[in-house]
Amino acid sequence: MTGARVTAAVPKATSEATSEATPKATAISHAPGVAFILKKALISALVALVLFSLMIGVRTEAGPTGQLTYWTRFDDLAIIVGAVFGGSIVVELLRQWWGPVGTIRVVPSSVQRSLAVARRAIAPVLLIFTFLVPVIFYDQRYILDLGILVLTYVMLGWGLNVVVGLAGLLDLGYVAFYAVGAYSYALLATNFGLSFWICLPLAGILAALWGVMLGFPVLRLRGDYLAIVTLAFGEIIRLVIINWQSLTGGPNGVSGIPRPTLFGIPLTPGDDGLAAKLGIEFSPTHRIVFLFYLILALALLTNWVTIRLRRLPIGRAWEALREDEVACRALGINITTTKLTAFATGAMFGGFAGAFFATRQGFISPESFTFQESALVLAIVVLGGMGSQLGVALAALAMIGGFELFRGFEQYRMLVFGLAMVLLMIWRPRGLIGHRAPTVFLQHSQAISSDLVKEGHG
Amino acid sequence: MDYFAQQLINGIVLGSIYGLIAIGYTMVYGIVGMINFAHGDIFMIGGFIALISFLILVSIGLTVVPVILLIVLLVSMAITALYGWTVERIAYRPLRHSFRLAPMLSAIGMSFVLTNYSQVAQGARVKPVPPIITGGYTLADQNGFVVRLSNAQIIVVITTIVLLAIFTWLVAKTRLGRDMRACEQDQTMAALLGVDVDRTISMTFVIGAALAAVAGMMYLLYYGLVDFFMGFVAGIKAFTAAVLGGIGSLPGAMLGGLAIGLIETLWSAYFSVEYKDVAAFSILIIVLIFLPTGLLGRPEVEKV
Amino acid sequence: MSGETILTVDCLAMRFGGIVAVNDLSFDARRRKITALIGPNGAGKTTVFNCITGFYKPSGGSMRLTHDDGRNIQLERLNDFRISKQAKVARTFQNIRLFPGMTALENLMVAQHNALMLASGLTFLGLIGAPSWRTAEKRAIDLATFWLDRVGLLDRADDAAGNLPYGDQRRLEIARAMCTEPALLCLDEPAAGLNARESAALSELLLSIRDGQGVSILLIEHDMSVVMEISDHVVVMDYGVKIAEGTPHEVRDNPKVIAAYLGADEEEAIAVMESGT
Repeated sequence: MTGARVTAAVPKATSEATSEATPKATAISHAPGVAFILKKALISALVALVLFSLMIGVRTEAGPTGQLTYWTRFDDLAIIVGAVFGGSIVVELLRQWWGPVGTIRVVPSSVQRSLAVARRAIAPVLLIFTFLVPVIFYDQRYILDLGILVLTYVMLGWGLNVVVGLAGLLDLGYVAFYAVGAYSYALLATNFGLSFWICLPLAGILAALWGVMLGFPVLRLRGDYLAIVTLAFGEIIRLVIINWQSLTGGPNGVSGIPRPTLFGIPLTPGDDGLAAKLGIEFSPTHRIVFLFYLILALALLTNWVTIRLRRLPIGRAWEALREDEVACRALGINITTTKLTAFATGAMFGGFAGAFFATRQGFISPESFTFQESALVLAIVVLGGMGSQLGVALAALAMIGGFELFRGFEQYRMLVFGLAMVLLMIWRPRGLIGHRAPTVFLQHSQAISSDLVKEGHG
Repeated sequence: MDYFAQQLINGIVLGSIYGLIAIGYTMVYGIVGMINFAHGDIFMIGGFIALISFLILVSIGLTVVPVILLIVLLVSMAITALYGWTVERIAYRPLRHSFRLAPMLSAIGMSFVLTNYSQVAQGARVKPVPPIITGGYTLADQNGFVVRLSNAQIIVVITTIVLLAIFTWLVAKTRLGRDMRACEQDQTMAALLGVDVDRTISMTFVIGAALAAVAGMMYLLYYGLVDFFMGFVAGIKAFTAAVLGGIGSLPGAMLGGLAIGLIETLWSAYFSVEYKDVAAFSILIIVLIFLPTGLLGRPEVEKV
Repeated sequence: MSGETILTVDCLAMRFGGIVAVNDLSFDARRRKITALIGPNGAGKTTVFNCITGFYKPSGGSMRLTHDDGRNIQLERLNDFRISKQAKVARTFQNIRLFPGMTALENLMVAQHNALMLASGLTFLGLIGAPSWRTAEKRAIDLATFWLDRVGLLDRADDAAGNLPYGDQRRLEIARAMCTEPALLCLDEPAAGLNARESAALSELLLSIRDGQGVSILLIEHDMSVVMEISDHVVVMDYGVKIAEGTPHEVRDNPKVIAAYLGADEEEAIAVMESGT
């Protein structure tokens, strides 16, 4: 009886003891955490205070007499420093809760399987949806325009993907080919009256020629050097366009670019228009829908050619070039022609996209062809997971869609874009799609993790 | 001849400014092997900070010019150095062991952030200031053309020479400089030998940013204005200078800067002003094709 | 007709600035035989390879490759990729250079690039899916499959090359070199990092390549068991010059060679040998 009481008593005592001990133990383990977070937040806030003290705390402006005046904005400064303080705390808490960037999370295999099925369905579903967009959103001009914009960037992304994603050549001046294509069509159409369908291949050829001309000097350059030289090329093209006024109209651009026709039949309200021929009532939406399907067709052409080229020796040589250039040379592959064809092919697609851009806008000017465009397309390619067609499409959708959300806040758009680039690189440097699909297999096609895939050195 | 002499003077002054920016590029590329695309914008920020400090000092009644200049110099160097440090901590350090494209895109993103941050914070218009340093010396006055050496120009060149001397000494003689050179050659080994690699790399960025701030202030003194886009073009030109002089070489960066400054000034004077940027970019391409290691750089033999 | 010698290296010299890596080196590699190039580290062996395979332009001397049909090609006049394409010289590397993000099969397909490019009509026939292209592609896959089988990697054909274990990667590199259908196969330390069993398998593979495909082999190797077992002829280098050559056994007993490897004097080596080891 005593024994039973003792036995009964002991567990209670133990549990009491443990329950007494635990709060103390947890109190000790939390305390340094809180102090640590607070210290970090304080340092961040202090740094922010110094950084923003003059730039935000003081606002300069040229006064009416040309004199520079200023006024203080200490309340803005206080708000921002406070936000940095609070944000720093939040980031630290998140970091402790989520674990450091890059930790591998084990996903249960059932979830993995259903994810795999879902992944394979994304591409066809997305494609069907895209085809139906003009049907679904027929009356919403805004959505159709956005769709055309997204598709244009998808095509640009797929074009640059050949150079950066497949061949591993760092091109920061892709906008140059876009510009060449646009100006080629604009000048040929306004000066010689050639139709869009004749100018389209010409624009592509001219852009491809520029691609080869860009490629030749940079053959021996690697990595960062290649990047900055291509950037310089892009800027040179833009500056030449701005300054060669007699040819390109300079900063005023080229206007009055003819709209595209359906193989000669214009989309106008008149009797010779397509609407009249088809016997339906004319609507300005027709042209928008036509443009939508036009860019969709061009983009799909880019996609189809790229996929086929990957399975052909030239595509494989591009990817091998990215993996190891020295080994390619040892296998008898002509590095020069391989690089040049990569540049030329990517440039050609950029040229097509440029011609489309010119005909869609009706007016082009050098302002549309800045380095920011090149950076945007490159960000799309890298975010998409280099070499992945679906990834690039999704990334373009995300980026351009994101841009559109900032329609009202033009000033902050580039700021947020820059921040997004930094954050995305820290979070997912290899992009959304984390694997590469092999182009030929004996038994089964196994996706290769992008950890193994090299990013190329140019 | 006098016209040429004037262009020579102008070119050297411009070249000094480019040289100061180029040092930042070359030091960072030497130690972490990346082109700091945001460096040009650090230069721009330095110019803005100098502008605002100057405005405040003048408006609170300070009139002694050398004191103003010294305070502005120190303040803009300090704050801009902090910008450089912050950019490295936030955008580059997490990506140091990542693959090559990630830090580059991060740098480009940071460049956009800095440019637009200035635009948002200070408004999109160009900011002019009245000349802070006036006066100068007339060197020659024949044939109706006056060759002038302004005080502002003298200050720019002297400041550049002094700073170059200080930082050359720093790299050659101090412990920090030795650590930098060690990290340049072999980061892993340096770490194993007790070098604080993180801190060394941070200090490299900080020093580069400080020098860029000086360049920004000199630009403000000399041209009398700052605008938020000046970082982009100046950055590419300064990088060209760094490459021309040989990436990784401090005197090379200054040499390259002078060369680019002279070429740009002479091109504008004798050929065309509109295409002067095209000339600078073309030089970059030509140099990288024919002289990839630059004038003072070390040739790299490819290990197979 | 075409003679015994496939590769004649004559007075080869390679200088890097002030450093003389290879100095007045002359040797022959015999047709359908295995020639080994050995010597202590830093002797200049890989430099010789790089000259032969077109990665360095030699400072002096000549390297003549004689094909089966009697055609002569001066290797020092060819640029890098042409040495593989026209002279039919293939090589592997000291630090394995596979395409890690591509499967084993894809690696071997890349090796057949030139043949496939021709067959695809410079890509255009391939784009339209012409039957002649499809046949050529099938043939290429067959050749790749054959070599994967020969090196024992057929069941790993669809795995990423970067995922393969080290020994498999070495063998894959050899298979890839063989897919270029070379006349001369240059192997740079193929047995490096292999254990005894893997080295024996490698020896067997190289012997079967020599006898089965009739390919001449030139190899750099430190693993003496491999060298002794398979070489028909051995050339020994030290400090950029040839110090001995002959059959494996002749070279093994040569005091100069022993001295070089031990880092000792030749007299010391002779003394040690004569005192009876």
